[in-house]
This record gives sequence, structure tokens and C-alpha cells, in this order.
Amino acid sequence: MSIRSIRAVLKNKLLLVSIISLFLLFIFLFIFNNVLLFMLFLIIFIFLLTYNFIKIRRKLYDALGTRLMLFITASVIFLFFLLLIVLINGSIDILRDQSLSELILSSTWKPFSGEFGLFAVIIDTLIVTAISMLIAIPISLLSAIYIAEYAPKKFKNIIRPFIDVLAGVPSVVFGLCALLVFVPLIRDEIAPFFGITISSGFSLFTASLILAIMVFPIIISLCVESFNSVPIELKEASLSLGATKWETVKKVIFRASGPGVLAAIFLGFGRAFGETIAVSMVIGNQELIPKSLFGPGQTLASLIASNYTEVSSIPILASALIFVALILFVVVLIFNLLGYLVLRSASKRWKY
Amino acid sequence: MIASVLVVMGSLILIVAIISINGAPSLSIEILSQTSEGGFYLGPGGGFLNAIIGSLLLALPASGLAFLISIAIALYLQKDFLKPRTTNFIRLCLDILWGVPSVVYGVFCLTIMMAIGMTGGSLIFGIIALTLLEIPIITRSIDESIKMVPVGLKESAYSLGSTKFEMSLKVVRKQAMPGIIAGFLLGFGRGIGDAASILLTVGDSNYFPSSILDQTAALPTMILNLVSMPDEAVQNKAYAVAFVLLIIVLLISILSRSLIKKSTKYIIK
Repeated sequence: MSIRSIRAVLKNKLLLVSIISLFLLFIFLFIFNNVLLFMLFLIIFIFLLTYNFIKIRRKLYDALGTRLMLFITASVIFLFFLLLIVLINGSIDILRDQSLSELILSSTWKPFSGEFGLFAVIIDTLIVTAISMLIAIPISLLSAIYIAEYAPKKFKNIIRPFIDVLAGVPSVVFGLCALLVFVPLIRDEIAPFFGITISSGFSLFTASLILAIMVFPIIISLCVESFNSVPIELKEASLSLGATKWETVKKVIFRASGPGVLAAIFLGFGRAFGETIAVSMVIGNQELIPKSLFGPGQTLASLIASNYTEVSSIPILASALIFVALILFVVVLIFNLLGYLVLRSASKRWKY
Repeated sequence: MIASVLVVMGSLILIVAIISINGAPSLSIEILSQTSEGGFYLGPGGGFLNAIIGSLLLALPASGLAFLISIAIALYLQKDFLKPRTTNFIRLCLDILWGVPSVVYGVFCLTIMMAIGMTGGSLIFGIIALTLLEIPIITRSIDESIKMVPVGLKESAYSLGSTKFEMSLKVVRKQAMPGIIAGFLLGFGRGIGDAASILLTVGDSNYFPSSILDQTAALPTMILNLVSMPDEAVQNKAYAVAFVLLIIVLLISILSRSLIKKSTKYIIK
């Protein structure tokens, strides 16, 4: 009998042999009271146990590790729903106190007298987001096209870190810069230029400007990515038909990566929509329907930041702020779903 | 097009220049090595060492925790483990979480704090809020680089008899190292700079936090507090804090670039 066949037998009957040796162990110890044989079988048993463990160790680790990963992933997905549930649960108080239409359509926000109308804030939010996107989209799209298609390689290597760093600058630093540069600029130059003399500089327009700058890196990096993923054959086909470079960009690259660009814009919108600190530093924090772009306002997110300190003195205010957070969450959810659907339907239609 | 690129680059240069010009003059050794004093918000005395320590105490545990969770999720999102449908669903959820404004995480933690009857804020809830904020960011970065791992490598690992877990931990992890480093530092940078979630959860203090239930100061919230004061000397201090914060973020960016370059050398292409 060769060693290999012994090993094979051991492997097959491993469990059986170890159980038998355990059984014999106890027999020798308790019935025959023979310490020597007991030691012998103990050694055999320990050997078999270790051997068995080494054999199944990798499978054991695999099973445990996979289960652990599954558990963590599942708990994060659970967290997603927990977030939604906690926010809904927290905003029930205010919804019981006032009807939904009253909350959204009334425009008086006076927490101390129990009025929580969000209409003015919602309008301000929409205006600020729209203006910032109007500024950001053309500039970032043109930059993305330049970086992806036109820029020489050296310049590309220089500009990449710029965009990465700009994406990493904390929002409070953006806010501080806006406070130092844009606020005086708008108070002294831009608002008088449009004939408005009483602007303090803390205005919707200031917030939109700084939001536009904050959104640049997101849209640019995502757009460059989707421009770069257009297959080179498409570009070559277009160029070989005699199209100029700009025509190729406009009619081939832009269309082929259209869904990616749209998704990037949606993400940028989400960022501009939910930005809190930079906006609350420069927007003026007054819940008014704006008379002009250079008047103060308040967005949904900055409303939370400027009102949370009074939460402990007015209990219902906490619920109102949670409701505002719920609005932010749901809008972001809807926009992400839209982006996802656009991308999915596009990937079904265009396969290259 | 060049003009728009210049606008984008110019805005970063402008930000760095403005913060440096305003912040660098009021920066000194004393201001970096002292904690803030009792009359801090009224006068120019004291420093902000407690805010630096507080920020690190918030961002480091949060990034570490988020990193461990994210790497497990990102590895589990490989094709080897789940059906594509489930994976897509998880990715969609993570993308939505990525887009959720940080103030919503702050409100979430504030709600939980109110539910268990805690007022004022504490370090632990700041860490939780930052962890929640960072998980989708880090996961996305690691996931992108794991997607790039060639199938051939995985298959050769399988053919040598490795289990899925061994394959993930020994082959994919090493191959995705640049993305993992980038993800961790990206999350850390985001965590140390984010103000909205911290503002609602950690409160404020003039001292070093002695337990995880204490209130603490942090760099972003300190900037917010200081800049709203009317005294010019106090405002100058806010610019100094912002300068320190900006330097930290720039250092993280440089560090991540050099580390990624280093780790890319050991990758099989």
C-alpha cells in the first residue's frame, strides 16, 4: 500500500476515522484506564483534527468571507431604505400638523409662529439651481470637448490634476471665496450695472455663481470619460467622409456619448441642488420670493443649515426640517433614476 | 473652448490665491499649537489646534470604517458572486447614495440623536454621518478599478484551485491597488472637508474631546463660526483655518497622485 493510497483513504474516510479515534479514546480512558494507549490515540486524534482543519480551512474561510461580504452589502442596501424610512417617519409630525399642499404652496416660513410654508424656498432653489446649471453646462461641455478631443497630450496632463483638485476643494472654502470675491463684486459692480442699487451682495446670483464653479469638475470629468469611451472607428469613419473635426465632434461624438453627457448633467444638477454650506454662506438666508436675482433668498438645503440651531426650542421645527431633507432625498432619487433609465435605454439602442 | 478651460482652471487658481493671500498672513506657530480660548469668538486670542485634532478624529475613523465596508462591497460586486441584475440594483442604490446631499446624512444622524435623547452633538455621530457619506464615494472608486481587472487573471487564479474569496483577496485586491488607494484618499479628503453633515452632528467645543460622546470642534464648522463674527481679527482667523484646510486637501491630492503612480508599477497589464 503506497503512501498515496493511504492518504486517499484517509481523505475519504477522514471524518469517520476521527470519530472512531475519539470513540476509542474515551473507551481506553474510562473502561481500560490505560494512559499509554490514551496518549497514543490522543495524538492520532489531534493529528487528524489538524489535518481535517487544514483541508477544510480554505473552504471555511471562503464561506465565512463570502457571507461577511454579503452581510455588509445587504446592510448598506438596508441603510438606503432605512434612510428613507427614518426621514418619512420623522416628517410625519409636520404632515399631521399641516397638509402637504399648505406646506408646499404657502410662502411664509415663520417657525416661531408655527408657519412652515416652503413655496418661496422651493422657488429660490429652482432659480439658483437653474442659473448655476445654465452657467455650468456650456462651460463644462466645451472644456470637456477640448480636453477629450483637441488638447495636446502635455496640456491634458496639466489640466487633469486641476480638475481633480477642484473636485476635492471643501465646500466651505468655496463659500469663503464667494464671500471674499463675489459678494463685493456683485454689490459694487454687477448689481449697479443692472440698475439695482440696494443689493447687499448676498444674493441668489452669488450663490448660483459659486455653485456653477462647484459643479464644473463633476460634469467635466464624467463627460471626458464618456467622450473617451466613443470607439475610435466612429471618429475615423466620420473624418474619412470628409467631415471637419468640429463636425465630427458635433454630429458623431456628441451623439454617441449623449446619454453619458445627460447623466453627467443630472449628477451635476444633484450636486447643485443639494449643496448646503457654500450656498448658506452667500445667499442671505431670507425666506422670500425674490424680487430680483440680486436679492437675498434661501434654498432647501441652506434652510436646514440656518434653522437647525432652534430645533431644541421648537419641536415641530425638527419635523419640518426632516421633511425638507426628505424632499432633497426624493428629488435626488428621482434624478438618479432618470439618469439610469436614460443610460439603460441608450445602451439598448446603441451597441457599438 | 480654450476660454472655457481657462475659466475652469482660473477658478481653482483664484480660490487658492484668495485663500492664501487672506489666510497665510494670520497663520503662525502659536495659532497652530494652541487650543481655542474661552473668549475665542469675541477676540483674536487662542488658536485652533483643537479643531485640527477634532477634524482628524472625525475623518480618520470614518474613512477607515467606510474603507473596510466599501472594499467588501466592491469585491462582492464582481461578476463572480451575484447575478448581474442584483449587482445592477446595488450599483443603482449606491449611485443614489452618492448623489444624496451631505446635509441629508446630517439630518439623518440628528434624527437618531433626537430619538435617543442626545442633545448638542457628539463625536460618534459625526463619525457615523461621515462614514455614511464616504461609503458610496469609496465604493465607486474601488469598483471602477476592480472592473478593469482582466478576466484572464481571475481565471488563472481559479484554475490554480483558489476559492472565490482567495481570488478576490489575493489577486483582485492587488491588481486594483491604485483604485483602492485613490478611493481611500478621496473619501478622506471629502470627509475632512465636508461641513454640512458635521455642522448638524458634532456641536462645538474649546477643548480636545476626551470621549466619543463629547462635543468637538472641527475645521469646517470652525470656519463657519468664525466668519460670521463681525470682528475683523476673528474673521482673519477663519481665513487662516481655511488656508490650513486647503493645504490639507492639496497634500492629500499630491499624496494620492504619487501613491497611485507607485502602485501602478506592480500591476499586470
